[in-house]
Amino acid sequence: MEKRITSLLEVENLKTYFFTRRGVIKAVDGISFYVKKGETMGLVGESGCGKTITGLSLLRLVPEPAGRIVEGRIIFEGEDVLKKSPTEMRKIRGSKISMILQDSMTSLNPSFRIGDQVGEVIRLHGMVRGRTLLQKVIEALRLVRIPDAEMRIRDYPHQMSGGMRQRVTGAIALSCQPSLIIADEPTTSLDVTIQAQYLRLLKELQEQTKTSLLFITHDFGIVARMCDRVAVMYAGKIVETAETRDIFDNPLHPYTRALMSCLPKIEVQLKILATIDGQPPELGDLPPGCPFAPRCSEVSEKCWRYYPPQTVVGRDHGVSCWNVHQYQNGESNRGS
Amino acid sequence: MQRYLFGRFLQTLFSLFVLLTIVFFAARLTGDPVALLAGEIATREQVEKLRAYYGLDKPMHVQYMLYLSHLARGDLGRSIVTNRRVTTLVVQRLGASLELLGAAVLLSLTAGLVTGVYCAVKRGYRFDLLGRIFAVIGQSLPVFWLGLILMLVFAVWLRLLPTSGRGGLSHIILPAVTLGCGLSAGILRLTRSSMLDILSTEYIKLARIKGLSELIVIWKHAVKNALIPVVTYFAVLLANLVAGAIVTETVFAWPGFGQLLMQAVIHRDFPLIQGIVLFVGSFVLLANVLVDILYTFLDPRIRYE
Amino acid sequence: MAVYSQKAFKNLCSIASTMRGAPKIPIVILVMVCMAAIFAPLIAQHSPTVGSLSDRMMPPFWAKGGSLNYPMGTDALGRDILSRVIFGTRISLSIALLAVFFAGSIGTTVGLVSGYFGGPIDVFLMRMVDIALSIPLILLAIILAAALGVSFTNIIVVIVLLLWPYYARQVRGETLSIKERDFVPLARVANCSHTRIIWRHILPNVVPSLLVLATLQAAFVILVESSLSFLGVGIPPPAPAWGLMVGEGRVYLASAWWLSFWPGLAIFLTVLSMNLFGDWLRDRLDPKLRQI
Repeated sequence: MEKRITSLLEVENLKTYFFTRRGVIKAVDGISFYVKKGETMGLVGESGCGKTITGLSLLRLVPEPAGRIVEGRIIFEGEDVLKKSPTEMRKIRGSKISMILQDSMTSLNPSFRIGDQVGEVIRLHGMVRGRTLLQKVIEALRLVRIPDAEMRIRDYPHQMSGGMRQRVTGAIALSCQPSLIIADEPTTSLDVTIQAQYLRLLKELQEQTKTSLLFITHDFGIVARMCDRVAVMYAGKIVETAETRDIFDNPLHPYTRALMSCLPKIEVQLKILATIDGQPPELGDLPPGCPFAPRCSEVSEKCWRYYPPQTVVGRDHGVSCWNVHQYQNGESNRGS
Repeated sequence: MQRYLFGRFLQTLFSLFVLLTIVFFAARLTGDPVALLAGEIATREQVEKLRAYYGLDKPMHVQYMLYLSHLARGDLGRSIVTNRRVTTLVVQRLGASLELLGAAVLLSLTAGLVTGVYCAVKRGYRFDLLGRIFAVIGQSLPVFWLGLILMLVFAVWLRLLPTSGRGGLSHIILPAVTLGCGLSAGILRLTRSSMLDILSTEYIKLARIKGLSELIVIWKHAVKNALIPVVTYFAVLLANLVAGAIVTETVFAWPGFGQLLMQAVIHRDFPLIQGIVLFVGSFVLLANVLVDILYTFLDPRIRYE
Repeated sequence: MAVYSQKAFKNLCSIASTMRGAPKIPIVILVMVCMAAIFAPLIAQHSPTVGSLSDRMMPPFWAKGGSLNYPMGTDALGRDILSRVIFGTRISLSIALLAVFFAGSIGTTVGLVSGYFGGPIDVFLMRMVDIALSIPLILLAIILAAALGVSFTNIIVVIVLLLWPYYARQVRGETLSIKERDFVPLARVANCSHTRIIWRHILPNVVPSLLVLATLQAAFVILVESSLSFLGVGIPPPAPAWGLMVGEGRVYLASAWWLSFWPGLAIFLTVLSMNLFGDWLRDRLDPKLRQI
């Protein structure tokens, strides 16, 4: 595979567990993926599958003391993030890697003006003050297309609309020109019309600044629009990863295929909306073997006992399933 | 915001009237207000003077008007025991009480806030446990008993501090700690729970994502928001603080209005009692409004509505 | 009959399981206090009001001059302090129960009416609550005591006046949220009268949090009453009220510390136990409340 040469981020066998009174919750259980410079990587899955924790693990902001990264390597720009000291981590956060959170109403501090909140991160990493700082804040706000930026810096978060606020969080993320932005469901709490606008903005900015984007979402529609490559997560594991085109043309893992079939398609008239049977698993109570086994239509004896290793199919299409050979010939499974 | 403050101001006015009216009727409930207001060893002409002053032979509403007009001029009557103007007596004592209250509030704010924040940050660890134990003990201790025990241990047995009276720093320590104890326990609990809520919010997560040091995340971002409920708590607390002050001043013979009040009770000096109750009660109501104003400054969401 | 006993057994079992994990020491202390209150004449060795002057000012049994006959020592009138503390439980508990009962009744009624009917009634009643909460009641307690004299009834009245707004506020809040739930409009549709709805639907849901509040308030009442008694405007002598005992012993603090110490300790332990129990109760009931 071509990853070694140009990847900005390489995650190897990352495991993040939560140690609670009721047992160990394996939120992220041995995932590996990579993100190349300038590309948008999607991390897709149902809620609770571990994608948010993956994002937090990259920044080493897993909630303590219950949560801990127990194993793995996170190689960012050639260095293992997990080996860095707290001071070094703080230098990376906000400036090299930054994050856009889901709900802008709660991710902006209600007691501070947005100018201050944007300026804070610029001042911290850029070491600028005074008028230069002010200029940079206004520039950052303009970058995310906030009108009347000079007036808006004095606003408080509750005085702005949801879409505007989410742009502010975007401004905070972009202001120090990071190499990687982790976007954790940034459009989930926005109106549908605003969503499209925001995604377009993100895409444009990303192309403009050549920043890599790790896009965490549960929505395959967004993946189709935004991502160059995508990894599908289930119960703390990555079950399939491929270029977006390939995943849509040829989904291999039963879970991915089930997710695809849940997407209402315009050209197919559905009488009943398809769902996946069963419930997402309790992460503290996983059986050995593949976590999707209880809900899988292709499940076999082996699946219950051993977790399948990743098989690579075609060009850069990885899947973890014992029964993948049945679909190897690229049979289209649309509309099934 | 203007509307909110105006509403609060009106409400305070109402509360004030309720206070005034209750005090007005307190003396007259007994059926023989003269005995209360003139004292037990009054001469006939003293009684006559008082009857005229309070309008005791006139109908109730006239008396009430007279009462209000006295108050408007700041005339709270005269003490039976010393025959000095009540207003003067109370004002003289105000400084000492403010000193005690100020010291207690300062002490408990510092101790309570800092400990509360730290308990929340170190949730589940030993410090947190100790903090919570201290908090529940602090809120269960009777103020007067605590004062006496402290006095016994530090002043009588160890002779480290004076037992009573007002003076320098050494004089104010025990009374301030006594009064501040329950207060700091309450602040600790409130700060802790408030901080716990805040520490799990998204904006604190974002502050860390920005790369800010933990110290700044806690003290700049978290604490500012945690203060808001604490300030609201103060408004509720003011009334309790008065009770604590009265008790503490009595225990330590601190020359504030509380001690004056209890002395007046012992000497059956009703006009003085009445005057103190009115004065202090109004003071508390006013302080409540001030706290409300402070609150609007802390929470921008209120300010810009 | 069999049905009733089955039901009773079931209720006991559910109470027992609810009580799992309860803080043992506070409960033990509270039970001891209750027992002391009920069986005081049987437990106490001496009279709480009549003392033997030849035995005045005796220190606790471990000190020189003390005796096991008077384990906690005696006061200026030769009365056994332990007996007085035991009888004092009656005063503290009865005031706590009465005050909480009356304040709770008034406050709950106000809260229910205010929350259920809303509108101008609600606004008016809540203004009353705010006013009641902002005036420092201790001042009024003192002036009323000065005017009307000190007595058991007076102190209960004053404390009830102090307490009821807290109930009103909490019950109103709960009523507002319960009102939103489905079964209330349904009951209206079924033509239930307002009283019936309040009594049968809303009130039972308010009870758990009321219990928590009542426990914590009981602790507060004991503190308030003892402070007032300490100052001399609460329970009048010669009653063995704990606060009063501390106040009486104050003069002798340097020479006979035990006069003030034991009754104060009794207050502290009782209040502490109530607070701990109430806190535990709140933690226990809270998640359950949300499940209803």
